[in-house]
Amino acid sequence: MQDLVISPGLAKNFRRNFVEQIIEVGLLLSAVVAVFITSAIVYILVVEAIPFFQHVSLYDFLTDTVWTPNYSIKHYGIMALVSGTLTTTIIALIVAVPLGTITAIYLSEFASHKTRETIKPILELLVGVPTVVFGYFALMLVTPLIQKIYPDLTTFNMLGPGIVMGIMIVPYIASVSEDAMRAVPMAMREGAYAMGATRFQTAIRVIAPAATSGIVASYILAVSRAVGETMIVAIAAGQQPNFTFNPVESAATITAYIVSVALGDLEHGTVGYQSIFAAGLTLLIMTLFLNILGHWTRKKFSERY
Amino acid sequence: MAQQGKAKSLKDLNEIRSLIKKHKKNDFLFAATGMFVIASLTITLIILFLDLIIDGYPKFNLDFFSNYPSRRAARAGILSAWIGSSLVLLVTFFVAVPLGIAAGVYLEEYAKKNWFADLIEINVSNLAGVPSIIYGLLALGLFVYTFDLGQSILTAGLTLALLMLPIVIVSTREAIRAIPIHIREAAFAVGATRWHVVLHHVIPYAYGGILTGVIIGMARAIGETAPVITIGALTFIAFLPPSPIMPEVPFINFEWLDSGFTVLPIQMFNWISRPQHAFHINAAATGAVIIILTALMNGAAIKLRYNVRKKIKW
Repeated sequence: MQDLVISPGLAKNFRRNFVEQIIEVGLLLSAVVAVFITSAIVYILVVEAIPFFQHVSLYDFLTDTVWTPNYSIKHYGIMALVSGTLTTTIIALIVAVPLGTITAIYLSEFASHKTRETIKPILELLVGVPTVVFGYFALMLVTPLIQKIYPDLTTFNMLGPGIVMGIMIVPYIASVSEDAMRAVPMAMREGAYAMGATRFQTAIRVIAPAATSGIVASYILAVSRAVGETMIVAIAAGQQPNFTFNPVESAATITAYIVSVALGDLEHGTVGYQSIFAAGLTLLIMTLFLNILGHWTRKKFSERY
Repeated sequence: MAQQGKAKSLKDLNEIRSLIKKHKKNDFLFAATGMFVIASLTITLIILFLDLIIDGYPKFNLDFFSNYPSRRAARAGILSAWIGSSLVLLVTFFVAVPLGIAAGVYLEEYAKKNWFADLIEINVSNLAGVPSIIYGLLALGLFVYTFDLGQSILTAGLTLALLMLPIVIVSTREAIRAIPIHIREAAFAVGATRWHVVLHHVIPYAYGGILTGVIIGMARAIGETAPVITIGALTFIAFLPPSPIMPEVPFINFEWLDSGFTVLPIQMFNWISRPQHAFHINAAATGAVIIILTALMNGAAIKLRYNVRKKIKW
């Protein structure tokens, strides 16, 4: 660095290295955006929720079963929203777990290559359907259909959206489970066939146990999807908080509550406005826990063959 | 004795035969169940399509695309919604695509294996699992109130860009990872710098895979409703944002970024929420427009990926 007499060749190198450095820093900054977004999510939710928790004690928030931010006597019991979220999620799982698992086993162990290549795009199209369209489907088609069997069902209920949500998450379970089953080495299948096992016996007794970690992880990820799903429940389950686990009643989920507040005009800085961040924080913690659990299950129990 | 032994082995044989028969029947039953489940899913998808198209059929005319929303269902259209959607997606595209590709390239081609690269990786995979409405809350707190961008097209575009970013990053990385190391080594050997290698070799080879991810991400952004509602997008918009293209110099203006807006899924949601049946027809027609757009884009992406896989010859 003492004297900067640089030969033309070196000067070219110098400039080149400098440009390379700049580009690398630019690319690095783009990658850091991901870290920035995560930090920003946590920061915003926590900062906006802190004033809320100064107003409402954490104990009341977690134990109260009434959520009435718009009434004169205000209650902020998140359990009234969690109950709705749990009920719709459980209905969705009752639909999606058997359907998704059967689809995965069929695709991985029974279907020919050609069938698999035709069906997988169909499942991908199902994933691509916007949730607002699924919401319309739940309200206008599924609920009236259930009403034909069970006439007492109200227009807004948790059963219809729960079922539609189940259909929505089938492809997630099917594709993650199928990947896990296809990762089981061929030798294990051949061993079972050599012993005289049928395809069904091989699938149930050999492949499924070997792929348990992936299958369980797919269920956990499906729960995480269902918990965070917004538009289906906001459209078809009603937006009235209701502490109930009865699927034929209407109720609001955490997500539906956030939507209903966003549609009204809440003043920035009021407790009602801050309550959506407290609800969002609860939702984030739930999904984060599930995602980490799913990731961990897959890592921890995946056997190396 | 021999007679007895023969009878016993015959009985065993019959038992084995019936056992085989039973298991073959189970095998067949499961295969039938599997096909039935997949057929039902396909039929559900078809019913979904047909239901929207049949319900919305009366609205499929040019007026529907060139009218503003109205209190009278028969005259209401989706002009402001489809223009709003297009402009929002324009912002999303120009933010998410360069950022996502740059981040993907950094993680695959530049990052050294250390805790920092791990941190970024964990963040990307984690972001893909965060519910979309949380992004809406982030945008409400950050873009609307902290950066004071208001409930504008810019805010919505940025919000959807954040949602799309993990999809672009993941598909970029997968496409890059499929490129064999000797392509890079050959370029380095003739004196190319890292950036030359990326620009002239890695990105062109990964192009198809990246494009697939971008299309899937854009299709998702079109239908995304919850985060846009959360930032407070209006549901009744009877005006258009200022045009991005002007007749006189400098031909481009950016006032539209600051404008209020609505998007197709919000317009649909708004019409579903009304009690009158006439508005539900509008909702169905809007839904049909959305679902045709997303199905076309997803279909293109699936086809593209198929072609890319078939074409690759290293």
